[in-house]
Amino acid sequence: MATFDFLEIRHLHIDYDNLDQELLNEVIREEPSFQWCISCGCCTATCSAGNHTTFNIRRISLILRRGEVEGLEEELKKCMLCGKCTLVCPRDIQLRNVVMNIKKIILKKKTA
Amino acid sequence: MIRDPNFQYPFLIGTIFLFAYLIIRVILWYIKLSKYDKLRFIHFWKTKSVWAAIRDSVADGLLHLSIFKKNPLLGYMHMSLAFGWFLLIVMGHLEVIADRHSLNFPFYYAVFYRYYQPHPDFAGAKVFGAVMDFLLLIILSGVALAIIKRIRKQIFGMKRTTRLKTFDKIALASLWLIFPLRLLAESLSAAYYHNGSFMSNTLGEWFIQNVRVSAIYDLSWWLYSCSLGFFFIALPFSRYMHIPTEIVFIFLRHAGIMPKKYWNSYAQIQMYSCSRCGICLDACQLYEAGVSNVQSVYFLQFIRNNENVDKSLFGCIICGRCQEACPVHINLNDLRTALRIKASKPLTFSYEYTQKALQQKAGIIYFAGCMTHLTPQIKFSMRRIFDFLGDNVWFMDKDKSICCGAPLMLAGQYDSASQLIQKNTELIMASGAKTLILSCPICYKAFREDYVLPGISIKFHAVYLNEMIRQGRLPKINLGFKTIYHDPCALGRGSKIYDQPRYVIDSYSQRIRLKKEKAEALCCGAGLGAINLPIEAKNKVTFEAMSYFARFKPNALITACPLCKKTFARDRRIPVLDIAELTARAIDEYVNEQKKTVRETRLIES
Repeated sequence: MATFDFLEIRHLHIDYDNLDQELLNEVIREEPSFQWCISCGCCTATCSAGNHTTFNIRRISLILRRGEVEGLEEELKKCMLCGKCTLVCPRDIQLRNVVMNIKKIILKKKTA
Repeated sequence: MIRDPNFQYPFLIGTIFLFAYLIIRVILWYIKLSKYDKLRFIHFWKTKSVWAAIRDSVADGLLHLSIFKKNPLLGYMHMSLAFGWFLLIVMGHLEVIADRHSLNFPFYYAVFYRYYQPHPDFAGAKVFGAVMDFLLLIILSGVALAIIKRIRKQIFGMKRTTRLKTFDKIALASLWLIFPLRLLAESLSAAYYHNGSFMSNTLGEWFIQNVRVSAIYDLSWWLYSCSLGFFFIALPFSRYMHIPTEIVFIFLRHAGIMPKKYWNSYAQIQMYSCSRCGICLDACQLYEAGVSNVQSVYFLQFIRNNENVDKSLFGCIICGRCQEACPVHINLNDLRTALRIKASKPLTFSYEYTQKALQQKAGIIYFAGCMTHLTPQIKFSMRRIFDFLGDNVWFMDKDKSICCGAPLMLAGQYDSASQLIQKNTELIMASGAKTLILSCPICYKAFREDYVLPGISIKFHAVYLNEMIRQGRLPKINLGFKTIYHDPCALGRGSKIYDQPRYVIDSYSQRIRLKKEKAEALCCGAGLGAINLPIEAKNKVTFEAMSYFARFKPNALITACPLCKKTFARDRRIPVLDIAELTARAIDEYVNEQKKTVRETRLIES
């Protein structure tokens, strides 16, 4: 039983000591309403792109909070920007602007 | 007294600079037009539209009739300055021609005529003098109104007036000074030679009694000339550039040149045509909601001054109320969209997953669009209507909905929007349909403007329902409640469809007529144009609009846009229905009544 250890599975860890929250902070600066997110998932339920693929905007919001920035750009390419998520959000978060800003900031970092 | 002939130079320098600048500018604008636009413009001179353009130039450029219709006092202010000054120049030249019986005189001669000709004694000199004084009086009244407007705008019924930049202030100050200085110079001239008329002579007599005229006589003419020179030099860099540009714009507009999705010289001409009258400020609902940097007049000003426009450009709902109010008829919505596309870096979007979307053969296609899926009642109502009519309709995006591309276009992502447009076009063209029915005005506008669908008639559901009612295929039945119709922005101002939805509503209910309707209809506040507008401002716009409707105490608010419905439904004061839901209810009512009569006749028979 001594080998049973949750800490063994390294890839599932969220290391809060080395959290890269730069992107998150920048998004919140541009769209402050993003910090009110309760991860309820209404946005994902209504998503037009999510109807076609595994695109999951709630998950994007979660992994952004965890500082996992890799793969974010590829995933966000699927968004059609229709704005349904913004309309259904019970916390009035302007998700359309959040998506635009994540993409803009990633592009800015890539070109810089 | 020594005659100083040099004071005309400030005026001369200003005039020459202005004309050289304008000629170069217009040539550059013309060169930058696209090939087809150039052909259109050349062909235009052979058509009758030239007369319409000339008529509009006089009506809007000189008489300012459009402003007059909206606000008579403001219209008079603009008219007195523009038309008054124009007449002053024309009459001034006629006066000199009448005096000298020749056309051979330097062009500045007429401007300083009272100086060069102290003793006009030709036939009609008195009449000319009186007319010139009268015109100057009219202009001075305009200047007085302009000064009052800056101090107390409420007198003009305006809630706001525009903020000014440095060059605007120089130009404005010189413009305001030109006419009082002219009056001063002519009065002093009249004091010496008594060559004026009712106004300048009277003032001249006062001057001769109270002031040492000889000391300030030449100075007054110098100042008059300088104010003209300053104004002409500052003009191209100030808002007064709209005076020459507006004429160019009117001619290009009548030549049939249309605004494009990209920023071109036509867009630039429209930008310079803005006179910053500030009428759009009062039309903007966002101003009430505390947002004061997105209004068209400011966003055009930021662009002209190369300032940071991000907030001002992307914070607007693009409802089009300012475009309807604009007395210069600038295509403000198109300008904004073109600028958004120009200002945005292309962000990569990729929609390969849409390849799996289903395809089907059908005569009629119904495209619900994202927003209709969000308000399922509209979707169900449409199906109820189609079932009742018995038409074979393919519900194109029943399961896998693909966006029409309008939201991306409004966000400035032209290339990505084109991907979606292409995908939808493929699906529609392969179906072999003749009619495409849409229940979302945003989609409808996009399909009409950005799609190329040869042989397919694109119909908005309200228009389709109207046709069906007129053909007798849908029943006319009074549901017995009072309604208000809310014009969605993309349908009313965006697509100019006002009457058909009203006809449908009138067939089923008693419609209350509003003051703010059709082109002046309010925006619901949630339009997809707003990218970085704070939610508080949006909610304020919604609340204010709903408060306006609530005053009329209707039983239901009828709209024709799922986005408006979704937004207004959050406010619980009035139940909100889409026009399709109203029709579906009427159909249910009709079917029930039919059943009842059948049952009753059976009872009687048995």
